[in-house]
Amino acid sequence: MTDLVTATAADTAAAVASGVVSAVEVAQAHLDRITAVDPAVHAFLHVDTEGALQAARAVDARRAAGEPLGPLAGVPLALKDVLTMEGVPTTCGSRILAGWRPAYDATVTLRLKQAGVVILGKTNMDEFAMGSSTEHSAYGPTHNPWDLDRIPGGSGGGSAAAVAAFEAPLAIGTDTGGSIRQPAAVTGTVGVKPTYGGVSRYGLVALASSLDQAGPCARTVLDAALLHEVIAGHDPYDSTSIDAPVPPVVEAARSRDVRGLRIGVVHELTGEGYQPGVQQRFDEAVQLLTELGAEVVEVSCPHFPYALAAYYLILPSEASSNLAKFDGMRYGLRAGDDGSRSVEEVMSVTRAAGFGDEAIRRIILGTYALSAGYYDAYYGSAQKVRTLITRDFAAAFEQVDVLVSPTAPTTAFRLGEKLDDPLAMYLNDIATIPANLAGVPGMSLPVGLAPEDGLPVGLQVMAPVLADDRLYRVGGALEAALLDRWGRPLLEEAPQL
Amino acid sequence: MPSISRAEVEHLARLARLELDVPHLDRLAVQLDVILESVAKVSEVAAADVPLTSHPLPLTNVFRDDVVRPSLLPEQALSAAPAVEDGRFRVPRILDEEA
Repeated sequence: MTDLVTATAADTAAAVASGVVSAVEVAQAHLDRITAVDPAVHAFLHVDTEGALQAARAVDARRAAGEPLGPLAGVPLALKDVLTMEGVPTTCGSRILAGWRPAYDATVTLRLKQAGVVILGKTNMDEFAMGSSTEHSAYGPTHNPWDLDRIPGGSGGGSAAAVAAFEAPLAIGTDTGGSIRQPAAVTGTVGVKPTYGGVSRYGLVALASSLDQAGPCARTVLDAALLHEVIAGHDPYDSTSIDAPVPPVVEAARSRDVRGLRIGVVHELTGEGYQPGVQQRFDEAVQLLTELGAEVVEVSCPHFPYALAAYYLILPSEASSNLAKFDGMRYGLRAGDDGSRSVEEVMSVTRAAGFGDEAIRRIILGTYALSAGYYDAYYGSAQKVRTLITRDFAAAFEQVDVLVSPTAPTTAFRLGEKLDDPLAMYLNDIATIPANLAGVPGMSLPVGLAPEDGLPVGLQVMAPVLADDRLYRVGGALEAALLDRWGRPLLEEAPQL
Repeated sequence: MPSISRAEVEHLARLARLELDVPHLDRLAVQLDVILESVAKVSEVAAADVPLTSHPLPLTNVFRDDVVRPSLLPEQALSAAPAVEDGRFRVPRILDEEA
């Protein structure tokens, strides 16, 4: 492994800007790394070699011409396959979109291109972002770089694994119930779900429109902040995009100061159901925050135990509606069109052939929850729980500045272990879902390895709406203190691929 | 708790335009039972006086300026279509009679 692939995004950008290294050399080093390790990891569904080198050449040309470069110019990135990129395959991990090349860029993609970020390719994911393990990808699972027999989390397991395996210093994920934060936790990387509406959803293929949010994946808190700043901000193409200044996340990541900050440990997100080693590393990290000058108290959010149930009604309801557009008429797969079937029959054959088991399960569940006669009992009640959870957050944030919890109840489990038990799989999201329901921002950062299995543990920080900078303030301080304690980054403990 | 029958799942599948075989319908019926039993706990706290939240932000309609701007060309819009005829999407018959 070369220094070019282990460097942080911040250092790489500085090296490119000062001419120490060319963007093409950086891109080529990462493409070589992908060639070497991705057959084992399978983080990528598509590698855009030519496009990446062309983008890198453009950065080098701009530098040679003396033009100003953005803070991440020349830095490679892996893009989750749920965001459109003009002319590049976008499958969302589904057979129904096999071979689809979108005619337009998502706003996130466009902003990355404009910033001179070099997009290496598209990463693997659970189909339409439904899952916690990438095992629901139609193209086979991604493997956790820490142990190739284990899951990399999901749905954005490809993005997290690409970053953890040094295939890219940065990636974009999307988080509907934890799909950025849980993969970050189980791969020892940093992942942030921004405030809902903080990053444009234009060109993000919708799973649940009221929950989906794109955000950064990185190996350091500062790198995540730099990427956050590039992709965030108001977009007239997204009616739910917030028209407000982007919180000062980079400044906060650099401040590394939590003195006087009030931190609440969420009582309902600890203890029973959490693996002992996860709980231990979490408790140690909280202790460390106290030593750094933060004021730590326990806070109760009494309705959080109902979040998972509400989520698995709201998400399937919205998903069943959003996925209705995949009907085989204007793009994507069409099956069974042999002249004998009506349009409705062709749609039914196409959708059954194109969607995998989990997508079908959630479409049926959502259709049920929205049915006449069940609507009030299921979808209506879930929306009430959503109100109660939002109120829990509001009450908690009157007492404290941020909330913390373990990101996921366990470390990475084995591939196949929970595939036949949907409910067990859903439990992985128990700590991450409340933030999506309320629209508040959340971060996961690595706080050590669980003693019993030697696998990474993530700590989650949550902040009020549009206070994303507080995540980075806590994350930056904790990361620096842990680095002092460990003497080297956690990812250096991972086995060599 | 409702026990979901195969016929009910079949009805849902028809509403959702999914042509599923019998083993798949049976499997889904069992799984839906388990999932619905678990998510039904929302009713424990969903009191009558609690307002509904459909969305984390207050939603207001957003209009763009009413000006002509570039859009996809017809050939771009048709570029990913499974079937095209005379510059249009070609679809299977809509009506029930013979084509």
